[in-house]
Amino acid sequence: MAESEAPAAPAKAEPNHGLRIFLIWIVLALVADLLIWFLWYPHMPPGRQSSSAQHQAFDITVLGLAAAPVMLFVWTYFGYALINWRHRQDDDEDGPPIFGHTGLQAAFIAGTSVIVLAAFVFGTIELIVPAGAGAGEGPNPVWKPSGSNILQVQVIGQQWQFTYRYPQFGGMESTQLVLPVNRPVAFHVTSLDVIHSFWAYQLGVKADANPAVDNVAYTTPEHTGGFTVRCNELCGIWHGAMFNSGRVTTPTAFQAWARATELAEHRVGLLAALPPYSLTYDPTVIPQLGQEVVKVAGITGANGYYYPPQDPEQP
Amino acid sequence: MSLPARIVTLLVAFAAVVAGAVFLAVYYIGGGPPTVNFVPEASGGQVNVVLQEDPQNTVTSRPDWVSYFVQDPVTKKWVHTTLFQVPANTRVNMTILGYDGCTPLRNNFWSRVQGTIGGTATVQQFKTVGQPLGVPKTFKVINSWSHCSVGHTFAIPSLHVFVPVASPNTKLFNSSACGSSPCTSGPHSMQKFSFYTPKTTGTFRWQCFVPCGGGFLDGNGGPMQTLGFMMGNMEVTS
Amino acid sequence: MSIEIEPEKAQEPAGSGPARPRPARPWWMRPAFHTGIIGAVIGYFLGHWLGNMLSYGYARNALSDMNDFPLVLGYVIGTIGWLAGLGVFNDLFRQMAGKPVPVAEEEMDAASGLARYFRFTLDHKVVGIQYLVGMIVYFCTGGLFAMAIRTELLSPTYHIMSASSYLMVVGEHGTMMMMMMSSVVLGPFGQYLMPLMIGSKRMAFPRLEALAFWLTPAAYVILLSGVLLGGFPTGWTGYAPLSLQATEGMDSYAVAFGLMGISLILAGFNIFVTVVNYRAPGMRWSRLPMFVWSMLTVSFLMVLAVPVLVGGMYMLLTDRTVQTAFFANTLGGSSYLYQNVFWFFGHPEVYILALPGFGIVSEIIPVFCRKPLFGYRVAGAGMIGVALLSFFVWQHHLFDSGINPEMRPLFMLTTELISIPTGFIYLVAMGTFWKAKIRFTVPMLFAMALYFNFLIGGISGVFLSDVPADTTEHGSFFVMAHFHYTIMGGLIFAFMGACYYWLPKMMGIKLNERLGYLHFWTMFIFFNSTFLPLFAVGMLGQPRRVFEYATNLQPLNIWVSVSAFLLGGSILIFVINFIWSTVIVREKEVGNPWNSRGLEWQVSSPPPPGNFEHVPVVLSGPYDYGVKDALPVADLHPPVGVVSASYATAGAGVEA
Repeated sequence: MAESEAPAAPAKAEPNHGLRIFLIWIVLALVADLLIWFLWYPHMPPGRQSSSAQHQAFDITVLGLAAAPVMLFVWTYFGYALINWRHRQDDDEDGPPIFGHTGLQAAFIAGTSVIVLAAFVFGTIELIVPAGAGAGEGPNPVWKPSGSNILQVQVIGQQWQFTYRYPQFGGMESTQLVLPVNRPVAFHVTSLDVIHSFWAYQLGVKADANPAVDNVAYTTPEHTGGFTVRCNELCGIWHGAMFNSGRVTTPTAFQAWARATELAEHRVGLLAALPPYSLTYDPTVIPQLGQEVVKVAGITGANGYYYPPQDPEQP
Repeated sequence: MSLPARIVTLLVAFAAVVAGAVFLAVYYIGGGPPTVNFVPEASGGQVNVVLQEDPQNTVTSRPDWVSYFVQDPVTKKWVHTTLFQVPANTRVNMTILGYDGCTPLRNNFWSRVQGTIGGTATVQQFKTVGQPLGVPKTFKVINSWSHCSVGHTFAIPSLHVFVPVASPNTKLFNSSACGSSPCTSGPHSMQKFSFYTPKTTGTFRWQCFVPCGGGFLDGNGGPMQTLGFMMGNMEVTS
Repeated sequence: MSIEIEPEKAQEPAGSGPARPRPARPWWMRPAFHTGIIGAVIGYFLGHWLGNMLSYGYARNALSDMNDFPLVLGYVIGTIGWLAGLGVFNDLFRQMAGKPVPVAEEEMDAASGLARYFRFTLDHKVVGIQYLVGMIVYFCTGGLFAMAIRTELLSPTYHIMSASSYLMVVGEHGTMMMMMMSSVVLGPFGQYLMPLMIGSKRMAFPRLEALAFWLTPAAYVILLSGVLLGGFPTGWTGYAPLSLQATEGMDSYAVAFGLMGISLILAGFNIFVTVVNYRAPGMRWSRLPMFVWSMLTVSFLMVLAVPVLVGGMYMLLTDRTVQTAFFANTLGGSSYLYQNVFWFFGHPEVYILALPGFGIVSEIIPVFCRKPLFGYRVAGAGMIGVALLSFFVWQHHLFDSGINPEMRPLFMLTTELISIPTGFIYLVAMGTFWKAKIRFTVPMLFAMALYFNFLIGGISGVFLSDVPADTTEHGSFFVMAHFHYTIMGGLIFAFMGACYYWLPKMMGIKLNERLGYLHFWTMFIFFNSTFLPLFAVGMLGQPRRVFEYATNLQPLNIWVSVSAFLLGGSILIFVINFIWSTVIVREKEVGNPWNSRGLEWQVSSPPPPGNFEHVPVVLSGPYDYGVKDALPVADLHPPVGVVSASYATAGAGVEA
C-alpha cells in the first residue's frame, strides 16, 4: 500500500488540534489522578486489615493511577473528534486521506509497551514483597513471610462449610476462624470433595481448595476486627450460602480461645476422633476403620465409590 | 406471503414462544417440594418437629436415593419434603428417626453435636416402631469412625447447629431394614435434640454432611444436592 | 502429423459435474427441517435404547438411579439423525455411489423462495441468513435467563427460586451465551459477506458450512433440554470434579458444547481455506478488508483452540459414563487437568468473541468518517498479534488455584502484553477519526460504543492480569463486569451495528431508523448502568454465581437488576425493529445506501445468486475514501481472458 505523507502543515486558520487535545487531557488526567490518590485510595478495597490487603489496595490504586490517564486520553480524543469533526449538513466531500505517520504509530506502540512493561514489573514486585500478596501459591510456595512464628491454619473446604484446623493446638478443628493480630498466618487450603475457594475478603487472601492438594497462602493481620470468608469457586448448590465470618483478636485472646477450644474438644473425645493432621486428606481412606473404605462394600452404606469393589480394574 | 398472513404467523409464533417460556419458568425453574408449616403448632415458646431419613424413597422417580421426610404435625402423615416453617425466637424440639444404615463421615469433625441446647443429643434405638432396644443415651460425640454408628447428619450451618444422626443397630439393619418409604416399621434410631430459632426471620438452609449419594463420585452428588432429599430450608417466620 | 493435445483439466472429484435434473418434488417430500426433526427423534430413541443395552449392569447406575450413557448416546445419535433427516449426508452417499452431485453455483442459480432457508443449502448467503435468525433466537433465550438471574439477585435473603434452579439458570445463561455467541458474527456476517468481500462466487466448502450451521439448532435444543433434566450446577465452565458429581443435566452441557465446538471448527476451517484460495485476482493481502482479516485470524483460533474443548468435553463425558478418571483426584486424575484443558480453549475463545467485533468496527468507521482506515498494516498486525498471543495467557484464570507460583509473573506478562495489539485497534480508530467528516448513523453509533465499552472492559482486564489485584478480583463480580463489557459491550454492540449496516445488503430491506436510534441509546445507557456498578460490587466482595450476598450490597444489586430489565427492554426494541422491518414493512433498500467502497456493496442488494456475474478483478483497496483519482474498488466486468490468465497455473475450472 502506497505510503504518502499527509498534506503539508495545517492551514493557518486551522487550530492545532493535537495541542488542544493534549492540554485538555493533561488537566483531566491530573485531576483524576489526584482524586484517585487522595479520595479513593484511603477507601480502596479490600481495605487495610492485613499486610496483603494493604498491598493489594496500593497495587490497585497504582494501576488506577496509570489507567485513568490512558482512558481519559482515549475519551478526550474521541470526544474532541466527535465535537469538532462532525459531518456538516452541506458537506458531501470525503475527508482528507491520511496515510503513513509511521513515527506517530511507532511512538504509540512504544508508549503502550512501556506502560505495559512497567505495570508488569510493578505487579511482580507487589506480588513478591508481601509474601505472595495473599494469593494461593500451591503446595510449594515460593514467597513466604520471614520469621519463625508463623501461625499454621488449615482451611478445609467441604460441601458446603469451611472448617479450620490448628495443628499447633493439637490439631483441633473449628467452624470459627480466629486469628491473632500482627502474627503471620499460613493458610493451608485443601478440599475434601470439589473445588472450593477460600476468600477472606478483608484479609486479602484467596486460595482455591482442590481435593488432595495443599494450596498455601500467607498474610499478616494488622488490625483487630471481623472479616468475612466466602467461598469463591462454584461448588454446588449451596455455594452462595457457604460463608462465615472470622475475627482478628489480640494474641492473648487468641491463645485463650484456641486453648479453650482444644481442651473442650479433647474432653469430649472429638480430638481423638479426628484424623491426624495432614496437609491433604483422602476421605476414602479411613485408617481407624482398619481398611480402605472404598474397597469394602457395605460399610460405606451409601456405596459412594466410583468403581464397585468387584471391578478388577481398580486404579 | 401477504401482509395479514405474515402478521398472523408472527402472532402465533410469539404466543408459542411466550407459552413455552412461561411453562419452563413455572414447572422447571419455579417448582419445588411443599413446605410443612409448624408455626400454628407452637405453644409456650416451643415447637416439636419430627423428621425421618430413609435408605431409599419409593415415592419419587429416584427410588434408590436416600431421603428425609417431614411429618405433618396435624395429619401425622409423612410428607416427602425438606422444607418446613417454624416461628422465630422459639425452642425447636427436633426428633429425627434414623432408618438408614451407617456411612463414615467424610470429615469426622461433624461427629460432635454442636449448637444444640446442652450440646448434646439423645439417642434411643428401636427394633421396630413401638419396640425400644436398650435405654436412651445422651451423646456429645457420635464417632462415625470408631464403629458403624452414624447414618446422616442434620446441620443448619448458619445457626451453628450440627447434629450427627445415629444409624440403627447394624445387625438388625442388615437383616430387616425398612424397604419402602416413608418407613413405618423397621429398626431405627430416635434422635432428640433442641435448639433456639433466632429472633429475626429468614430462610436457613440445612444439609447432611455424610456423603450419602450412592453411585455418585465421592458420594456427594444426587440426593446430597437435590432439594427435597438430603438438604432443605428451614424458614423462620414471625 | 499433428498430435491433438487435450487442454489440461483440473482433476475433478468423481461424480461432480452437472447433476441430472431432479424431478420437482413437493416441499414436504424434500429433506428439510421437518424431516430433520423426525430423524432426530428416531435417532434419540435409538441411541437411548443402545445405551441402555450396553450399560445397564453398572452398579453405579443401580445406586444413583441415573444412567448417563443412554442419555449421551441418545443425544449424539439424535444429532446424527437430525443431520441425516436434513439431507446432510445425501450428497456424500451419492458420491460414494458414483452419482453426480450438484455444484454450489448450480444450486444457487436454481433455488428461490422461503423454503430453502429451512433446508440444507449450498448457498452461503442462505446459510448466512439462517445463522442470523438462529443467533438472534439463541441470544434472546440466553437473555431471558439473564433476566431471571437478576430477578433472583434483587434480594440477598428472599429467594424466588430454589438454589438448584438458580444455578441451573446461571449455567444455562452463561453456556447459551458463550457457546452460541462464538458464532454470532462469524455465522451471519462472516459466512454471508466474506466471499462477497474477497470477490468470490462461493465458499470453499459449502457443505461443511451448512453442516456447521445445522449443528447449532441441535446444540441449542440439547442445551435447553438440560432444564428438563434439572440443569447443571457448574456454570458455563463445567469444572470437574463438581461436573462429575452432577446429575443428568451435565451431559446436556457437555454434548451441546462439544457439538457447538465441532460447528466452530468446521466453520473456521472453511473460512480460512476460502480466504486463502478464493480471493479474486487483484485482491492482494494488502487490499483485504479488515473484517476479512478478523475472520481469518478468528478462523485460525477456532481450528487450533476449539479441538481442545471438544477433547475436554469428551473426557468429561467418559468420566461420567464409562468410569474413566481423568479429573478425579482421589482416583489418580487431576482437577487441574480440566481447568487447564478448558482454559486453553477458553482464552482463545474470548478472542474468538472479541476479534470479529474489532473487524466490524474497523469496517464501519472508514465509511462514516469518509476517510481511509488509518494504519491498515497496524490494524492487521493487531489482529494477528492478539490471535497469536491469546494462546499464551490461559493460566491467568488459574492464578489462585495453586499452580506453580513462579508461572504467575510469566502469565501476568503475556496477558499484559496482549493489551498492546489490542491498543493498535484504538490507534487505527483514532487515526481514522482525525479530521474526519463523522456521520452519526446508527451503525456508526454502535461502532463508537464498542470503542467506549471495550476500553473499560480492556483496562479492567489489565487489572485482572495483575496477580495481586487479581487476588481480590478473581471470581467476583469484577470479572463479571469485565467480560460483559468486552463481550457484550464489544461483540454484541458490533453485531447490532453490523445488523443495521449490512441488513440492506443481505436482505434488501432497511431497518427502521428511528427505532434504531431508540434501540442504540437505550441499549448503551442501560448497558453501562447495568455493568459499571458491578465493578464496585465485585471489589466489595460479592463472588460470582451466588444467590446470597452481603446485605450492604443490596442497593447496588437492585440498581443493577432494574437496569438489566431495562436493557432487556432495549434488546426487545431491536427484536421488534428486526421483525417489523423484515416481516411486516419490508421497506426496500437497493444499491449502496451508505456509499461504501466495499466490494460487497458494488453488487445489487441482495446480491444475485452467483454473487458476481463474472469474477471481478480488484483494482484498489476498499478504504480509499478521499484519495484523489482513486481507482474504483473492482472491475465487475473484466475483459475476457484476464481472469483465466491470472489463474494460469491452476488450469480450467474457473469461469472467466
